[in-house]
Amino acid sequence: MTMTTMNPPQTDDLSGAGYLRIENLSKMFGVFAALKSISLEIREGEFVCFLGPSGCGKTTLLRAIAGLDIQTNGSIFQAGRDISRLPPSERDFGIVFQSYALFPNLTVSKNIAYGLESRRMPRAAIAARVMELLQLVGLPDSGEKYPSQLSGGQQQRVALARALATSPGLLLLDEPLSALDARVRVHLRHEIKHLQRRLGITTIMVTHDQEEALTMADRIVVMNHGVIEQVGTATEIYRDPASAFVADFIGTMNFLPGVVTRPGRVAFGGVELDCAGGVNGFAAGTPVTIAVRPEDVSIRNIDGSKSNSFAAQILEMEFLGSFYRGTLIAAGTPADAAGETLTADFSINAVRDLGLADGMSLSIAFPPDCIRVFERQ
Amino acid sequence: MTQATIDATIARGAAQGVARRGGRGVKPKLGRDDWIMRSAMVLIAAFLVVALVLPLYTMLSKSVQDKAGEFIGLTNYAQYFGTPALFASIYNSLFVAVISTVVTISLAFFYAYALTRSCMPGRSLFRGIALIPILAPSLLPGISLVYLFGNQGMLKELLFGHSIYGPIGIVMASVFFTFPHALMILVTALSISDARLYEAATALRASRMRIFFTVTLPAAKYGLISAAFVVFTLVITDFGVPKVIGGQYDVLATDIYKQVIGQQNFEMGAVVSVVLLIPAVIAFIVDRIIQRRQVAQLSARAVPLEPKPSRRFDATMLAFCAVVGFLIVGILGVAMFASLITYWPYDLSLSFRNYRFDLMDGGGWESYWNSIEMASWAALIGTAVIFCGAYFVEKGRGFAAGRVLFQLLAILPLAVPGLVLGLAYIFFFNKPTNPFNFLYGTMAILVISTIVHFYTVSHLTAVTALKQMDPEFEAVSASLKAPFYKTFWRVTVPVCMPAILDISIYLFVNAMTTVSAVVFLYSADTTLASVAVLNMDDAGDIAPAAAMAMMIVYTSAAVRLVHALATRGLARRTQAWRRR
Repeated sequence: MTMTTMNPPQTDDLSGAGYLRIENLSKMFGVFAALKSISLEIREGEFVCFLGPSGCGKTTLLRAIAGLDIQTNGSIFQAGRDISRLPPSERDFGIVFQSYALFPNLTVSKNIAYGLESRRMPRAAIAARVMELLQLVGLPDSGEKYPSQLSGGQQQRVALARALATSPGLLLLDEPLSALDARVRVHLRHEIKHLQRRLGITTIMVTHDQEEALTMADRIVVMNHGVIEQVGTATEIYRDPASAFVADFIGTMNFLPGVVTRPGRVAFGGVELDCAGGVNGFAAGTPVTIAVRPEDVSIRNIDGSKSNSFAAQILEMEFLGSFYRGTLIAAGTPADAAGETLTADFSINAVRDLGLADGMSLSIAFPPDCIRVFERQ
Repeated sequence: MTQATIDATIARGAAQGVARRGGRGVKPKLGRDDWIMRSAMVLIAAFLVVALVLPLYTMLSKSVQDKAGEFIGLTNYAQYFGTPALFASIYNSLFVAVISTVVTISLAFFYAYALTRSCMPGRSLFRGIALIPILAPSLLPGISLVYLFGNQGMLKELLFGHSIYGPIGIVMASVFFTFPHALMILVTALSISDARLYEAATALRASRMRIFFTVTLPAAKYGLISAAFVVFTLVITDFGVPKVIGGQYDVLATDIYKQVIGQQNFEMGAVVSVVLLIPAVIAFIVDRIIQRRQVAQLSARAVPLEPKPSRRFDATMLAFCAVVGFLIVGILGVAMFASLITYWPYDLSLSFRNYRFDLMDGGGWESYWNSIEMASWAALIGTAVIFCGAYFVEKGRGFAAGRVLFQLLAILPLAVPGLVLGLAYIFFFNKPTNPFNFLYGTMAILVISTIVHFYTVSHLTAVTALKQMDPEFEAVSASLKAPFYKTFWRVTVPVCMPAILDISIYLFVNAMTTVSAVVFLYSADTTLASVAVLNMDDAGDIAPAAAMAMMIVYTSAAVRLVHALATRGLARRTQAWRRR
């Protein structure tokens, strides 16, 4: 981690501090708080995704970092420099928008050269750099075309090349893949990720697509209602969600009503479940929400003696191609509590081997290390 | 960095950040671009204040002063409403405006319906014909009607003894010159329709009539209301038509002229102006509200309606358009004919005698060249100022209050009738103490008044074009460290070139044809063609007046033609990117 010596650190300890540091950032639109005291650090060369539902503040945060919509309160440091008040033109970043925002009347080459021309580079150097970038994004022959002659995916590559042309310290991607077809999207995802690794450029991408975030990001910042719910790697966020919101937003999750019985154990219906991960510090007798992922529900080799197991009935099975998703209800659940069903994913193998079908009764188990406990809403 | 250190960092940031910056807001630093853009916008706003707001204010205060400039409250108004001869004009104005509106809208609606919903042949020809009146000053239909139905008119008997000088003539001429304005709005309203609604209605076995009343009309509702207000405002504020063919039938617009030019009673002129301002402002406000509602009538997924051939319907529509088209061409033809006849009705031989303007009062050929000069300046300067203003207000960063105020200033001219603006200019610029007094009587004041008079429509055209551009262009170019003016020149202007050309042609043609504002402002050195038409007509030289009016038509048409060709050439050369 390098800090420029011209701008001495303003806080006492920055030895491990990141390339981009956000402190207590708030943004008000009238009386609506779009961001509530956000603090975050991003290391040099890292690929970070801001993930959350629409209106969670992720784009607002990105635009504040770019200086496009300056925050109401709080500060932003980039490479040790306080950029909180600076207009976009005095910051160091490249940006790619969902709409590509390519200049329609300029050729692809002219678009890419646009930022280079402002730096008064010699013409030959510009041409060489443009060629290099066209190679980089895999469009070596498209320099003389106009943006409207390219496909959406190609346009997005050009936008990326234009943003990278001036070698900015920070690359901002605002939902760059949302306007593309599913197939192109998956392909570009890998390309962007590889490119980012190769160039080692610090990158922030805003997305509402969890799959995109999980596959691309080194770290994911999950946001909701203007606050950060969790920061972590894809596996951390998926395996160990910090809140019921994160658990629900990332992947699929069963939320079941339970009550803490004693440390490490919760009651669900008539069964007492062992929770390897603890009960989130709730005291005995506290009503809680038990969270279990559908793919963690086990159905093989379960007899009554196995811990965390109970009898259930399959109400309905839905074929989803590579697996089945079953809707189940615990045995003995009163009929009026019909809403309290849970879903479990069955592999094609399991369905074949066990002959699973609608209406069948079976024993299922929640593995102790797959249970999370959250506050009952 | 582990999760723990991140958490620690967050906590540390929270502790220190609050201590240092908490509570106080962040004051964004303004970049060089921000300074330039804001200064330029303030400059244009200052222009509008000096050339619109201050003159209007001076006029309003004039209406509550006596001749010596002393404040006398509403005495002038009391006198106005105590003089039946004066306030009868209010009724007259409203009467002709309402009748003209009803007639114009009915005709224009079915004409627009024929253009957009039928498969009749020659639709583009009929569209072209319908736009002819825009090229002519509003005085022209008046002159033609005099030739047709005047005391020595060719078709005088058709009026069965009624005089063309009065409401009949005013309504007929007003319908002629407002027709294209209504038509353009209604064609737009009828073109944006969703074919799926019609398919659904047909599938539900609704009759053609029922579909018309349940699908077509509701969809065109806002267009109809908007067109009606536009026509109403045009007629009630128009000065040329009643001046030429109104006879003894006084309306508000001619009253202002008579009070000011005839009786030199400026205070009473101001009072009538305020009275005329009221219906114009009401129409303006209603239209604004409607325009706001009309947004997003058509979803992006709508399927455009393709009319299907239907022999009887197409034939009916063709017959209707042929009649209307014939009337429009006919009125223009009469003026053209009148200008070429040596001495109506005694010497019917054709000659260019009437085009020897230097033999008449009104400024001669000089006034024609003055008009060309004035229109060129208005188009050149006006387009630059208006487009830049729209750009700053649309694409600037921050400064929300200033931008809202600017929008308001830019919309305001639409509510101000030309005559009122002209009179306000007299009051404001003629004062010896005014630092801008040097403008009075110059070409510059004519250019300024014309730009201000036609500011709003041009501004809205520019804003619409700018809104269609990706809002992130400015963000991208800032991130690429390109100054805003580079992006403005290299991207914004080329992409908006069609709109820019539209604005310039609109300003040019209107500068050629307008009478209302400039009639108070020209001097002996700066007579204009349109004013010459008025003055020659006033002096009884109707044929030369027709000739000069035709010169305006020829010029406007030629400029339009050049514009069309230039646009096409430009599209081929610089808009190659529009093609796939």
